[in-house]
Order: sequence, then C-alpha cells, then structure tokens
Amino acid sequence: MVSGTVERRAAVAALMAHRGEGEARALVISGLGSPTWDLNAAGDDPANFYLWGAMGGAAMVALGVAQAQPSRRVMALTGDGEQLMALGALATIGAAGPANLTVLVLDNERYGETGAQPSHTGRGTELAAVAAACGFAETEVARSLAEVEALGARLAAPAQGPRLFVVKIGAETPPRSMPARDAPWLKSRFRARLGFEPG
Amino acid sequence: MNDAAPMSAGAQAAGPAWPAELYEALREAGVRHASYVPDAGHAELIRRFQSDPEAVEVMLSTEEEGVALACGAWLGGMRSVVLMQSSGVGNCINMLSLPAQARMPLLMIVTMRGEWGEFNPWQVPMSQAVQPSLEAMGVRVVRVESAADVAPTVAQAAAMAFGGDQRIAVLLSQRLLGAKAW
Repeated sequence: MVSGTVERRAAVAALMAHRGEGEARALVISGLGSPTWDLNAAGDDPANFYLWGAMGGAAMVALGVAQAQPSRRVMALTGDGEQLMALGALATIGAAGPANLTVLVLDNERYGETGAQPSHTGRGTELAAVAAACGFAETEVARSLAEVEALGARLAAPAQGPRLFVVKIGAETPPRSMPARDAPWLKSRFRARLGFEPG
Repeated sequence: MNDAAPMSAGAQAAGPAWPAELYEALREAGVRHASYVPDAGHAELIRRFQSDPEAVEVMLSTEEEGVALACGAWLGGMRSVVLMQSSGVGNCINMLSLPAQARMPLLMIVTMRGEWGEFNPWQVPMSQAVQPSLEAMGVRVVRVESAADVAPTVAQAAAMAFGGDQRIAVLLSQRLLGAKAW
C-alpha cells in the first residue's frame, strides 16, 4: 500500500527546520511515544511541550494553545495510532477552524512502541482524507524527503484554516531520545516562553 | 445527549436564575474559554458562551477532548471550563493523567443524571461512578444541591483550580436541575 516512506527523524528535522525564530517560533505539542522522542531528537526547546501519556491528547492540547495564542503558529506532532484514538478530535478541530494550527501525523501504519502491530492506516484509513472531510483547509500526504521539505515550506506560509499533513514513515525505531519527563517543569518552561511567570 | 426539551421564549424567560449567575461567576473568575458535549442542564450556559464575543467556545465530540483542550488553553494563558453530563465523566478518565501529571488547573462542571427521579436506567451506573472515578484520578469533587449554592460554589472551585492549582469538578445534582421530563 505504501509507495514510499521517509526516515522519521529526518522527516521531523526537516519539518522543525521551518518552525521559525523568536516570537514567530512555532509552539509544538508532541504525542506520546515516538513523536515525543522524535521532537526531542530534533532539538529540545522551551516552545516544546511533550506528552508522555494521555493518548489521543496531543492535537487537542495544541488546539487549546492555538486558541489561547491566536497570533502564534502551533503544531501537534503525533502518530497514526494516537490520532486514530482521537479521530473525533479531527471533527472538533475542523469545526473550531483555527488557522494557526497544523497537525503533523507521523504514519508508519503500525503501533511502533508496542511491537509493530498494524494500525488502521495500514488497513485502509486515510487520515488526511478524514481531516479533509472534517473541514480542514489543507491536507497532504508526503512520501519522500523532498515532499516533506515542501510541506515544511508550507508550514511557514499563512493558512486559511487548520491543516493536517501526514508523513508516511518507515518502520524503523531509532534510539529513544527522551526529553525531561517532569511535566510541571516542562509546562512552566513552556509558559515562561510565552511570558507567563510561574504561579 | 442533545436532549434539551424545546423551550418557548416564555419558558426561557421564566427559567431559573442560577445559569446566569453561574455564567457571571465564571466571567468573574476570568474564564473565557469553554468546551462541551451538550447537556440539557448546560443549555443556557452554552448559549451564553456562544453569544459572548469575548469568549471562545468549542463543541467536542467526546468529553476527554475537553480535558486536553483545557490543558492546552491554560498552557497558552487562557482559563477554560469543561462542561459535560455525568455520563461523559467516564470518557475522561485516562486523559485526566495529563493535568494530574503536569499539575495543571482543571475546572469541570458536570450535570448529574441517574440520581433523582431518573427514568432511564442506563444513566445510573456511570452516575454512581462519577465521584469515585474522578477522585481516583486526583480530581477534587464538590456537589451542589441548591440553586443558591451554584454560583458561590463555582466561584470557589475556579479560585481553587486556577489559584490553588487543583483539578476540580463541580457536580450539579439532578435534584437541582430537575428530573428530566418528556
């Protein structure tokens, strides 16, 4: 079914290269498991908030950040397994319609953290098509590093509504790159990046 | 769950005062963001959020989305409230790991079914599980039994959530809301 894939760390590095600098630097929420390791491997950053659990939550946390910070770009970095658990969240995001939110799905068509069992995306579900049907303004599937680079360039451009980009990745499991696991510290660091003092 | 009985304009005008007081208590507490799976008991509150140009309101497909959303809003500097019926609490359980583990404020307002004059037996099991399951996930629970207590209880709950760094759920009892009439 998959005609081409990208190595996941290379894909995330290419996407994060376009997250901008300073006040324009995109805020990134990563989902549990490999996307969190991938985001950290691309470079830890105060504008990152990593989930280590709460499966299904990354895109909705990102929606909340996007609504609270409408002048900033916000990205959710998640996997096919997590987004399949929160398929309804795509309907919620589509209805909410934030133009500053992009959901990036690293899709290896399997549950990589638990033994590579196949996921629904390997058996026919197309998350980009689901997002389009939920009213996302832009959806795309990238299957090569060149296509990922093109998506990265689009991340810096204004959007008319929420976007969902799927990157078809291989089944490789690179070494875990673990960020700090102390969530209170991560949240305070993230909020400090936005100018909020710790309470 | 969108089971609000149609109300005439006259019936709305004659409705109880507590929903308006509840909305004002949330505004006073700086809550400008609300998400919900609809419930008849929340209908007036949802309508007020929808018609407030300074508020962000988000319709959810399932209640745990609201838990994650509220955490994101707070990360971004907004105070949010999650509105749901008692049956929706069960949908939230694992997502409550996020505010528990990150020690983030969370304010939930839950309209109860299955506990007072309930005609639908399917509402009863989750109703009975609401308080123990919330408490099992570290959420403080306060119940409101009378209309006069709604706004003061929500005001203190918001203060404890956003000032006291707590996860807190206010349960509006079915006796207060009135048993559902068909």
